[in-house]
Amino acid sequence: MASRQNLSHAFEIQGGDFGKAGCVSLEIKEILRDLGIDPAIVRRTAIAAYEAEMNVVMYADSATVMLRLNPQGIKIALDDKGPGIHDIELAMQEGYSTATDQMREMGFGAGMGLPNIKRNADLFELKSTIGKGTSYKIFIDLGSEEKT
Amino acid sequence: MTLKDVVEKLGLRVMTVKAALDPELTGAYAGDLLSDVMANARPGNLWITMQTHQNVLAVAQIKDLAAIVLVNGRKPDAETLQKADQENVTVLGTDEPAFRISGQLYRLLGEP
Repeated sequence: MASRQNLSHAFEIQGGDFGKAGCVSLEIKEILRDLGIDPAIVRRTAIAAYEAEMNVVMYADSATVMLRLNPQGIKIALDDKGPGIHDIELAMQEGYSTATDQMREMGFGAGMGLPNIKRNADLFELKSTIGKGTSYKIFIDLGSEEKT
Repeated sequence: MTLKDVVEKLGLRVMTVKAALDPELTGAYAGDLLSDVMANARPGNLWITMQTHQNVLAVAQIKDLAAIVLVNGRKPDAETLQKADQENVTVLGTDEPAFRISGQLYRLLGEP
């Protein structure tokens, strides 16, 4: 078992690769579970990571993800290279989506991804620059109650 | 009620080779939108869906779902099934539509 103190892991996500979609989130889940972190907190972290990962797969070119753990909580910093989000406030609204018909047929594009991140994270910061990319900062408090 | 009980009572097809049928079910959730299932299904639920592509597997794993039930006689893609076995996700099937299988499950499992 790895130490809980100041653990950090880096991952990469390739845009458009539906075959590997979810792999990074599952790896994060496994790392946290192996550390003996409360299953509900592990699940919340994995859900938030998955929704961010799927946004990269669907809309961006690539992304780097940093997972950091300290005694207070779990931090996920995802930075993607991609088109960026035009209106973050609108994108945060449940039901709003810019997914293509093909993505919708696969069950994506419910317009729930970003709201799901917000619901599962204790802190969620989203910044975007049009034409450059989007950065997600997600924090899960290790002492927080189950939210979902 | 265990997954095995439900499989037997409803005559569900077990599609994966390494199917774990011992989990105790906490209820079921029906939906074809992945983020909706991410938001609203509960750990230990049976997931009723018509989505057959491999991205359903990550959803089941992240949410700790007991199994996936594919409705209307839909068959998973070959790669979905292969990956499900690798990742230990149980995939089941039925010829019933989602409404009927949901009703039958509701009768068996009651309120979530």
